[in-house]
Amino acid sequence: MRLLPVVPSVLLLLLFMAGPVVWAIVISFSNSALTGRFAKDPEWVGLDNYTRLLADPAFPLSLLLTIAFVIGSAIIGQNLLGLGLALLFGRVNRTTRALVSTAVVAAWVLPEIVAAFAAYAYFADDGTLNQLLAGLGIDGPNWLFEYPMLAVVLANVWRGTAFSMLVYEAALGDVPPEISEAATVDGASGMQRLVWVTLPMIRGAIATNLMLITLQTLAVFTLIWVMTKGGPGVASTTLPIFAYQEAFKFQAIGYGSAIAVVMIVIGAAFSIAYIRALRPEAQR
Amino acid sequence: MTAAETVRTAATRRDLASPRKAVASAARNLVLWIIGLSFLLPLAWLVLASIDTRPSQQARLPEGFTFDHYAAVLTVEGTLLPLWNSLLLSTGSAAITVVVAVLAAYPLSRYQSRFNRPYMYAILFGTCLPITAIMVPVYSLFVRLGYLDNLFAVTAFLAATSLPMAIWMMKNFMDSVPVSLEEAAWVDGASAMGTLRRIVVPLMRPGIAVVFIFVFIQAWGNFFVPFILLLSPAKQPAAVSIYSFFGQYGTVAYGELAAYSLLYSLPVIVLYVIVSRGIGGSFALQGAVKG
Repeated sequence: MRLLPVVPSVLLLLLFMAGPVVWAIVISFSNSALTGRFAKDPEWVGLDNYTRLLADPAFPLSLLLTIAFVIGSAIIGQNLLGLGLALLFGRVNRTTRALVSTAVVAAWVLPEIVAAFAAYAYFADDGTLNQLLAGLGIDGPNWLFEYPMLAVVLANVWRGTAFSMLVYEAALGDVPPEISEAATVDGASGMQRLVWVTLPMIRGAIATNLMLITLQTLAVFTLIWVMTKGGPGVASTTLPIFAYQEAFKFQAIGYGSAIAVVMIVIGAAFSIAYIRALRPEAQR
Repeated sequence: MTAAETVRTAATRRDLASPRKAVASAARNLVLWIIGLSFLLPLAWLVLASIDTRPSQQARLPEGFTFDHYAAVLTVEGTLLPLWNSLLLSTGSAAITVVVAVLAAYPLSRYQSRFNRPYMYAILFGTCLPITAIMVPVYSLFVRLGYLDNLFAVTAFLAATSLPMAIWMMKNFMDSVPVSLEEAAWVDGASAMGTLRRIVVPLMRPGIAVVFIFVFIQAWGNFFVPFILLLSPAKQPAAVSIYSFFGQYGTVAYGELAAYSLLYSLPVIVLYVIVSRGIGGSFALQGAVKG
C-alpha cells in the first residue's frame, strides 16, 4: 500500500523505457520493414539480421567511427577542456571567469538543432572558420567533405564542454583549500599538487563525468545529421546514423533494430561498470 | 627519482618561478580569452546573420541592418504553431515528470523497503540508457501501439525518458527535507499523501522548479524524437519545423534560419538564466550528481 505512489512511474518506465528495449530485441529477429508486405506481417528470420550485420563492411567502420567520436570529442575533448577550464577559473579574476564561463555554457544551453546549424555554418566551405583562415592567408579546406569526422568531433567538443566544466567546477569547489595550501608549503609545484592532491580528491566526479558524457556522446544524432548526414558516403556514419539510415532510407526496421540492440549492449556494459564503481562508496 | 626528491627539487625551483608569476597570470587570462572567443564565434553567426540584409554562412558585420528575416518567419504556420506545439510538448512532459517523480520519490525517501534498492538501481540503469540512440525500435513500437503522430503519446514518451534522472534528483532533494515536520502532522492524524502535499512539496519548491525546468529544456530542445514520431506538420514542434528551413546542400535561407533559431532558443536561455541565477546552478547539479 505504501508503495502505491510509485506505480505511475513504474508503468511509464515499463511502457516507454523497458518496452522499446524488449521490442528492439524482438523485432531484431524479424524482417520487419518500413513499408510493403513485411511492414504489416513481418516474418521471423532468426539471426539473419545479426549475421548480415557482421558481414556488412559498413558495420565495423561505423563502430570504429563511433569509438573515435566518443574518445575524441568526449573522453579527450570535453573532459580535458572542461577540467582545464575549471582549474584555470580558480586562478583568474572574477570577470574573466564569468565571461568565459558564459560563452562556454551558451553553446550547451542552446537547443541541439540550433547548435548544429551554428556548427554547420562555422565549418562550411565559405563559413566562418575558412574566413578566419583566409585572413591568415591560408586557403582552408572544405571541412565537412574532406575532414567530416574532425569537424563533428570539434563541433561536439564545442557543444558539450560546458557540462564537464560545470561538474568539475562544483567538484573543485568542494576541495578544501587547506590541503592544497599544505602541499604548497611542503614545496609541491603546481603540476604536482594537481596530480597528487587535486585529481585524487575529485576522482568520484571524474568517474561520474566520464560515464555521463560517454553515454551522451554515444547517442548523438542531430549534430552529425545536420552537419554531414553521415557523409560524404559513410565517412561520418556513427551507429545512431547507421541505424537511422538502414531503417528509414533502406526501409529495414528489423536490421535497424539489430543495430539498436548493439547500442543498448554497449550502453548497458557502461552502466554496469559505472554502477559497480559507485557501489563501494554507497556501502561505506 | 622518488616522490620526495621530486618535491625537494621543486622547492628549489620555486624561487626562480616567483618573478614569473605576473607573466603566468597574464598567460592564463590570455588562454581563457582565446577559448571564450572561439566558443562565441559560431554563435556570433546566429546573431549577425539574422539581422544582415545579405546573410551568408560567415560571421561578419551586416552589410545592412534589417528585421525582415524576423518578420518573414513570424507567421502562424511558419513559427507560431510549431512553437505552440513545442510549448505543449515541453510543458506536458515536464508536468507529467514532476508529478510522477514526486509521487515515486516519496516512499523511496521516507520508507525502508525491500523494493527500494532494486528500484533505485533500475532508475540508475535507466539514466544510463541511450534511449534516443534506439529510435528505430521506438518507432516500430509506436506503429504497433497506434501511437504514431499522437502528440500526447510523444509527450508521455519524453516524460518517461527524463523520469529516471528526475526521480533520482527528486529523491535527493526530498532526503534533505527533515522528516520531523511530517511526524508532527502524522501525530495530528494527517495521511501520508496529505503531508506530502501540504508539507513536503511546499518545502522542496526550488527542487521541483529545477526538475521542471530541466525536463522542459530537454523536451524543448529534442529534435530526434519528434522528428521520428510526429509526421503531420500541424503537430510538429519548432525543433522539427526549423529543420525544413535547412535544405542541405541546396539554397538555405540563412537569415530566416538564424532568426527562427534565435526565436526558438530564447525561452530555453531565459529558463537557464532563471535556474542558474534565481535558484543556483550548483544547487541544481548537487541534486543530480550527489546521492
